[in-house]
Amino acid sequence: MDSNVPSDALRVEAHADTMVRMRKINKIFGENHVLRDLDLDVAPAEKVVIIGPSGSGKTTILRVIMTLERPNSGSVEIDGRHLYHEPKGGGLVDAREAHVREVRTDISMVFQHFNLFPHMTALDNITLAPVKVLGLTSEEANDRGTELLRMVGLADKSGHYPAELSGGQKQRVAIARSLAMRPKVMLFDEVTSALDPELVGEVLAVLKDIASQGTTTMMLVTHEMGFAREAADRVLMFDRGQVLEEGTPEQLLREPEHERTRSFLKAVLQH
Amino acid sequence: MTFTLAQEVWRWEVVWEFLPEIAWGMAFTVLATVIGITVAMVLGLVLALLRRSQIKAIRWPTISIIEFIRSTPLLVQLLFLFPLVLPGSRVPTAAFVTLVVGLALHYGAYTSESYRAGIESVDRGQWEASIALNLAPATKWTRVILPQAIPTVIPALGNYLVAMVKDAPLGIAIGAFGILTVASGLGSQTFRFTEAYGVMGLLFLAVSLPLALFARYLEKRYGFERT
Repeated sequence: MDSNVPSDALRVEAHADTMVRMRKINKIFGENHVLRDLDLDVAPAEKVVIIGPSGSGKTTILRVIMTLERPNSGSVEIDGRHLYHEPKGGGLVDAREAHVREVRTDISMVFQHFNLFPHMTALDNITLAPVKVLGLTSEEANDRGTELLRMVGLADKSGHYPAELSGGQKQRVAIARSLAMRPKVMLFDEVTSALDPELVGEVLAVLKDIASQGTTTMMLVTHEMGFAREAADRVLMFDRGQVLEEGTPEQLLREPEHERTRSFLKAVLQH
Repeated sequence: MTFTLAQEVWRWEVVWEFLPEIAWGMAFTVLATVIGITVAMVLGLVLALLRRSQIKAIRWPTISIIEFIRSTPLLVQLLFLFPLVLPGSRVPTAAFVTLVVGLALHYGAYTSESYRAGIESVDRGQWEASIALNLAPATKWTRVILPQAIPTVIPALGNYLVAMVKDAPLGIAIGAFGILTVASGLGSQTFRFTEAYGVMGLLFLAVSLPLALFARYLEKRYGFERT
């Protein structure tokens, strides 16, 4: 039902040139102020890599955009539509679940630990949401899923269960599952961190593939500096809940301004 | 001497005489159990889901009911329910239906706790993936959460099935027809209590042993490798 709402009706401000717009985001876990008055703009089709020490809040940014964590204050807009608020009586009020779901169709996320559904085959993992959420017929979804499995190099694994796949294969299925929703914004939360070193390359290759196709806005939390250098438009150094500095990969990775960034990069590159 | 005594205490011809009647009683005990566990399995799932409700006016009454049922004896529940279930109908029917209702409520409260544990055992990542794929609540529950939660609950359900068949004779307290009413009736008529209750014990063994094996089979059949 909510998919019948014309998307323009939900646009409250024209920020069409911004795909993700975060303003004054605060997120507090108990004593821990994880995000502090965070402002962040990501342009359509931009590839942003977020780096920073653990506990700096970089993963929480992605989780707030995916609605896995509600911010304590602040606003998020996706392609000009408020995620956590909706217009009512000339003002903005907290969004109902239906509104959140409607805007959330533009977003998808790939996780560090894949989170594939273990009781479904690779293909069923991919086709479930397109059928149930987007309303595709199972034939259309199967075609889309098969095509995506081919794209991530797993055409022969469609009938396999996650337990029968390697870590790298699981993560490629998980990426295909997210792509099947054709989101405008894809979030990648340390998607190679749980993999054996020799399996990292095959997942990065898929990410580069998606990046080179150009249309999807990508936000990646990662320690893969090689990937950042090659595929990112912009790198953000995150520290203590705020953006410490940002720039092109060239600038930020070669000549960072802050000492904290320098020591962080040194630690990551030595690793 | 001991041989004679043993003959006096346990006479096989009495056993063969009692067996068909007691088996007939057992059929009703098993019937009460089969209906009872079926309802309890559905009721338990419903209670487990209601207990997770965001709405306090649903969650708290559900928790109270579950805890109340779990902390009072089945025997007392049967005596309490008897005048409330099918009042005005014939006693044998009302008693049997009360037994089924009592077993279903009592074990529904217990199975709901097993479902709850099963639901909570589903990895947090599965819930998060459901959000990331924007699944509606109904899809999330029927396609993602319950298919993973229920296999982990099946061993517990199997144990409750075995426990229920052993609790079903409590129906004698309200006069529900079953194995114990038949056995005790035959005992008091003939004063051959040893044979009457001995046959009953053997019949229980004959029923609950296969049930236990069945529970173990289900456990194997529905388990799957987690990643």
